Amino acid sequence: MFRYIVFIPLFPAIGAFLNGVFGHRFTKNAVHTIAITAIGLSFLFSLYAFFQLIGLPSHERVIEEVVYSWIGTGNFSVNVAFLLDPLSSIMLLVVTGVGFLIHIYSVGYMHHDKAYWRFFTYLNLFVFAMLLLVMGNNFLMMFVGWEGVGLCSYLLIGFWYEDNNNANAGKKAFVVNRVGDFGFILGIFLIFTTFGTITYREVFDKATMMLPYGGTLATAITLLLFVGATGKSAQIPLYVWLPDAMAGPTPVSALIHAATMVTAGVYMIARCNVLYSLAPFSLGVVATVGAVTALFAATMGLLQRDIKKVLAYSTISQLGYMFLGVGVAAYSAGVFHLMTHAFFKALLFLGAGSVIHAMGGEQDIMKMGGLRRHIPRTFLTFFIGTLAIAGTPGLAGFFSKDEILWQAFSSPHGHPVLWLIGAVAAGMTSFYMFRLTFLTFFGTERMDEHTKHHIHESPNSMVIPLMILAILSIVGGYVGVPEALGGSNHFHHFFEPVIRHIGEVKEGHFSHALEYGLMATSVGIAVIGFLISYTFYIKNPQLPEKLKNSMAGLYKLIFNKYYVDEIYEFVFVKGCKGLGTLLWQKFDVLVVDGIVNGAGTVVEFFGKTIRRLQTGYVQNYAVGILLGIVIILGIFIF
Amino acid sequence: MISTNFHLVIGILLFSIGVLGFIIRRNLLICFMSIELMLNSVNLIFVTYSNMVKSTIGLMYVFFIMAVAAAEVSIGLAIIILLFRQKGTVDMDSLNTLKG
Repeated sequence: MFRYIVFIPLFPAIGAFLNGVFGHRFTKNAVHTIAITAIGLSFLFSLYAFFQLIGLPSHERVIEEVVYSWIGTGNFSVNVAFLLDPLSSIMLLVVTGVGFLIHIYSVGYMHHDKAYWRFFTYLNLFVFAMLLLVMGNNFLMMFVGWEGVGLCSYLLIGFWYEDNNNANAGKKAFVVNRVGDFGFILGIFLIFTTFGTITYREVFDKATMMLPYGGTLATAITLLLFVGATGKSAQIPLYVWLPDAMAGPTPVSALIHAATMVTAGVYMIARCNVLYSLAPFSLGVVATVGAVTALFAATMGLLQRDIKKVLAYSTISQLGYMFLGVGVAAYSAGVFHLMTHAFFKALLFLGAGSVIHAMGGEQDIMKMGGLRRHIPRTFLTFFIGTLAIAGTPGLAGFFSKDEILWQAFSSPHGHPVLWLIGAVAAGMTSFYMFRLTFLTFFGTERMDEHTKHHIHESPNSMVIPLMILAILSIVGGYVGVPEALGGSNHFHHFFEPVIRHIGEVKEGHFSHALEYGLMATSVGIAVIGFLISYTFYIKNPQLPEKLKNSMAGLYKLIFNKYYVDEIYEFVFVKGCKGLGTLLWQKFDVLVVDGIVNGAGTVVEFFGKTIRRLQTGYVQNYAVGILLGIVIILGIFIF
Repeated sequence: MISTNFHLVIGILLFSIGVLGFIIRRNLLICFMSIELMLNSVNLIFVTYSNMVKSTIGLMYVFFIMAVAAAEVSIGLAIIILLFRQKGTVDMDSLNTLKG
């Protein structure tokens, strides 16, 4: 009766197949009709699945659908099976819903591209991989999706591969992700050797019985899995690929590097909440890495000049928030922020794409300004996105961000320092987002006359997704209004069956007054960020320049992103190259080649020596025969 | 009655002459004749022993050897003639094309 679940990932797969194999013969209309229909049907089925789930009593909200047995050898068996529970259904809605809007947007954005069919093939393929990732009922399925999105990410970042920089950015993303994936697959191996199975349900059931609270094994497994998450979700130290990934077309940045793929790590931790709850040390690591990333990336976003790079660092920072949320065992808060972030970050990226489209490819915000008069609809939606991400009370970002900050403070795994870091990062977020908005849409028009003449509002296919996302960015938070604000936090209750509580967790008792206080503080910090931004870029545009000159060293450090890329280049890339050269010149040339050539030399030496016996004179051979006979006779006789 | 030993010694002498001739001489025809000499010395020894042990098996072998030798001689001479036509000589020192 639930067979329809299978079709959710199947539709994009079919779409990718049709476009991939026959796409070059189709017209552009046919290509995008196939792609959009595929994901649209997926979205409808996901919606249906969601309502089906809502209709069930909360403890029965788990549907598993085995399609077929994939691997069955000895004690290792894996099914291709799909799992539908509150967590995966939320992810489904986000992936297919936001993905659907981005597909529509791409119709307008990619209109002039000659590899139109290739783009939509990759998009559909990506959605397929992402759906496998979130729907699988075992770790191997998750890994297949995990690698699949990595591959599609590589293909899409390097989509305009004629430019070498883009191709390199794709390679960088792929290689950095592989580093994380290595840890991830080690984690899966460890899970298999420990539990003898990789199906979620069995692993989690056994984990609660077999693993002691805070044991080494649980910590090792969760830390290895987290290494994978840092790669895929761009956390310190593996975040370096994400800013470069902006080389891809803007809808790709919105879909992959903001709304869906990078959230895979958060999804994974929320999925493995049992294991993480068993390992408080790992939770601490996750929360710390998340908080530090949130702050660190936010500072890097402060001074970027590329409109997409600002959003890229903002994404890393927001992902840090999500990890901070799941790291203090507030899994529902993390996933809640994942959802709202998908809305407003997709909106911001698509808005940025619309701006770039209007500016004829220009991405430097220092060469924009005053655009609100030229592209009012893009401006309005972008502004809503900015308000949402900055945490303006009433918009989506406020509820989710505040939930995370509150949990960081009040959860048994939380700590006031984590809250403080998060709050400061929130202030910075507010600053750089308003800076971006002000520089792009307000102030003097700094573009040249030619560009200015060509500025035009984007077509409806691009603006309508923006509007839908803007509405979602406004109302998306109301599914999770906290109790302190008179809501009932539907999101949290819906999410509840996914989480298993481990051991005796003593709930901290905090008064609502404290919650209000913290809320007001974080809003206050955000307002300060806004005010600074307003002073710098609207009231007194000369101020940033003065400040820059007075703190030139710091400015340079941050503007160059703390030289992290250069350090990585020096330590890892140069190091690997050096090691490779060393092995090549010393080991390969001397030892390996020595053995191979040596074998030849020895044979040649013996051949040269023995060939002298072959004189060609028959009589010499006859003497040999004679001598042989004499020797044999001698042996017989004596 | 000439003793058996006399025949055997004659056979050994003939064989040794054949071997030495084959090794020492450079003319292909002479060498070929030396080979025939060796074959015939063996024939002599076969006949001698056959007579000694009163058995006809040795005589039978002699006939085989003579038949084979006849065939071998005709082929060998043909080869030598062809070689002479090609090289213009039957000197074995010039026939070392199989030198390694």
